[in-house]
Amino acid sequence: MSVVADLKNSRALLVNLTLREVRGKYKRTLLGQGWSLLNPVATLLIYSLVFGFVLRVPVPVGNPSGVALFPLYLACGLLPWTFFSNALTGGMNALLGNANLLRKVYFWRPTLVFSSTFSWNVTFGIELLVLIVAMLVVGAMPLPWIPLLVVAVVLLTVFVLGLGLLLSVANVYFRDTQHFVGIGMQLWFYATPIVYPYSLIQDQAARMRADGNDFPLEFLYRLNPMERFVSVFRAMLYDNTWPAWQDLAFCVAAAAISLVVGIAVFNRTQHRLVEEL
Amino acid sequence: MSATPAVEIDGVSKRFRLYRERNQSLKAALMRGGRASYDEYWALKDVSFEIAEGSTFALIGENGSGKSTLLKCIARILEPEKGSIRTHGSVAALLELGSGFHPELSGRENVFLNGSILGMSKRELERKFDEIVHFAGIEPFIDQPVKNYSSGMYMRLGFSVAINVDPEILLVDEVLAVGDAAFQDKCMEKFVEFREAGKTVVIVSHAMGSMRTLCDQAAWLDKGTLVEVGRADTIVDRYVDKEHGKDVGTGPATTGSSRIGSGEALLTDVAVLDRNGRPATRFRTGDPVTIRMGYECSERVERPAFALALDTVAGMRVWAHHTRDGGPDIPFIEGTGHIDLVVPHLALQPHTYDLSARILDHTLTHTYDFVRHCFRFVVETGDVRESGGVVALGGRWRADLSSLPSEAAV
Repeated sequence: MSVVADLKNSRALLVNLTLREVRGKYKRTLLGQGWSLLNPVATLLIYSLVFGFVLRVPVPVGNPSGVALFPLYLACGLLPWTFFSNALTGGMNALLGNANLLRKVYFWRPTLVFSSTFSWNVTFGIELLVLIVAMLVVGAMPLPWIPLLVVAVVLLTVFVLGLGLLLSVANVYFRDTQHFVGIGMQLWFYATPIVYPYSLIQDQAARMRADGNDFPLEFLYRLNPMERFVSVFRAMLYDNTWPAWQDLAFCVAAAAISLVVGIAVFNRTQHRLVEEL
Repeated sequence: MSATPAVEIDGVSKRFRLYRERNQSLKAALMRGGRASYDEYWALKDVSFEIAEGSTFALIGENGSGKSTLLKCIARILEPEKGSIRTHGSVAALLELGSGFHPELSGRENVFLNGSILGMSKRELERKFDEIVHFAGIEPFIDQPVKNYSSGMYMRLGFSVAINVDPEILLVDEVLAVGDAAFQDKCMEKFVEFREAGKTVVIVSHAMGSMRTLCDQAAWLDKGTLVEVGRADTIVDRYVDKEHGKDVGTGPATTGSSRIGSGEALLTDVAVLDRNGRPATRFRTGDPVTIRMGYECSERVERPAFALALDTVAGMRVWAHHTRDGGPDIPFIEGTGHIDLVVPHLALQPHTYDLSARILDHTLTHTYDFVRHCFRFVVETGDVRESGGVVALGGRWRADLSSLPSEAAV
């Protein structure tokens, strides 16, 4: 496939652009790269306070890890989500934000989306390491799952890359895209079991069945690829067990479809890209 | 000239959409059913030619002729709607210097970033890093963020990175005027080095003088169509002839001229006549011309003097002359009449010129009438072709070949 060849050819550029993103992100701030950790920690604290302390969301007990701490349960879902959300937004704006470059130099255009996403991978990697250490401190054992965790990160990256490619060109042709995506991401966040456990949805579905309502709530809920990704990450990090193979298969399929569609749309629409910037 | 051209341009047409109302919001798109209303504008119309390997090739034409669009098509930044462009060898484009620099990153980091955008590998960049920094002449500042650079430093670093990409085909758009004179010399040297290494350079520029000497081939574009391809010097000459005075307008001035004087005698008409005595606005270097000044007096004017001056459109005084220097001593003028200045050989190089005329008293201190820039005319390339400047001296080269070392003597 020519995409693989293109990717290989622009390897050096990809590395340099990614470094530019990573270095440029927190340049001139006092805390520098510290912000990449402080931001999620702050979010974690706020959500823990609101959903764990005020709203009293039930804290699932890790099986077999035995951990029952809401902030950690939250972190296992929030970190993959934050990566997804940042990478998607970054990828979406990658072409418009580099309009000047695109108008003046030819290079393989998807490189911009790739490098933006990969720069968030760096942040995500650091966050995951800190989370693993935190899990170890409270007595869980996520270490054996690290190889599979890497696979899950790769799958999530591929999934968000496809969407990023799609949205990056959409955003060039229709500038409304970014605003729609902003709203969509809020909806998507609450449609994914991050600040609450999936068991609450199961309870709701059971109540609806008892009332004779046969709305397929659980089926629809589980069509959300991010729900599957969060489940996979939680199984390994929080529960320290194998993720359900159906979830993993769903993630593989979602990533593959997303990438194929993303590349196809990008290739079909990119020929007038520079004029429309 | 080698058999395979470096760039083959085959029937290339490029269309731009000029949106009446841009369809950049989904609402607008939905309301029109996905069809935005736009006018088509063909920036290039069926352009075909080849650029030979190892040549220095100029793309010339006025603003909006499509030459930059064509350059961007060759660089693959834009895709033509019709036709194809094949390039043989690696291509690097110098369309804007320092594009892709990140202002917060240091010069060092930006060299690596910019270099890789232009297609250089990390190893190549490491090897050439010192040369790049040295060429730009910014060694002391290389670890400073580029946002603190002066615009000259910024451009020099950008140029230095780009020129060191070492492509087989280099595309250059109007960047020859970078930095101070010393740096420009360095750039010229690099271009010549490039040419001597057998590489192809394609240049878009309005600096016709340097294009004529720097390039060996040229293509002339006009409103998106190809006018002519061939030797750079002949094409540049023809282009310059055609373009001079086209937009500025020639003949008697309608605006922009200013008039002062006491008005006892007035200039009625100032014109330049060709060899047949007919008023004209286009002449060739070496043509015989007559400058005629018509006047009208409201009263008898004793011992007047007539004066003429010539400026380039850029405002440089080229020549001035008045009747008190070698002219007839005119006792008086009355009513209407005219006075001629006969020039046997127009010793001017191709340019657009403005004529100013004046009637004075014999002491040259009192002005009856002065009209600044009252007549504009164009000089085109004639039989006498000299390389640069404003005047054509008509000099001939002569070499005493016997005084030169002959091959046998060496």
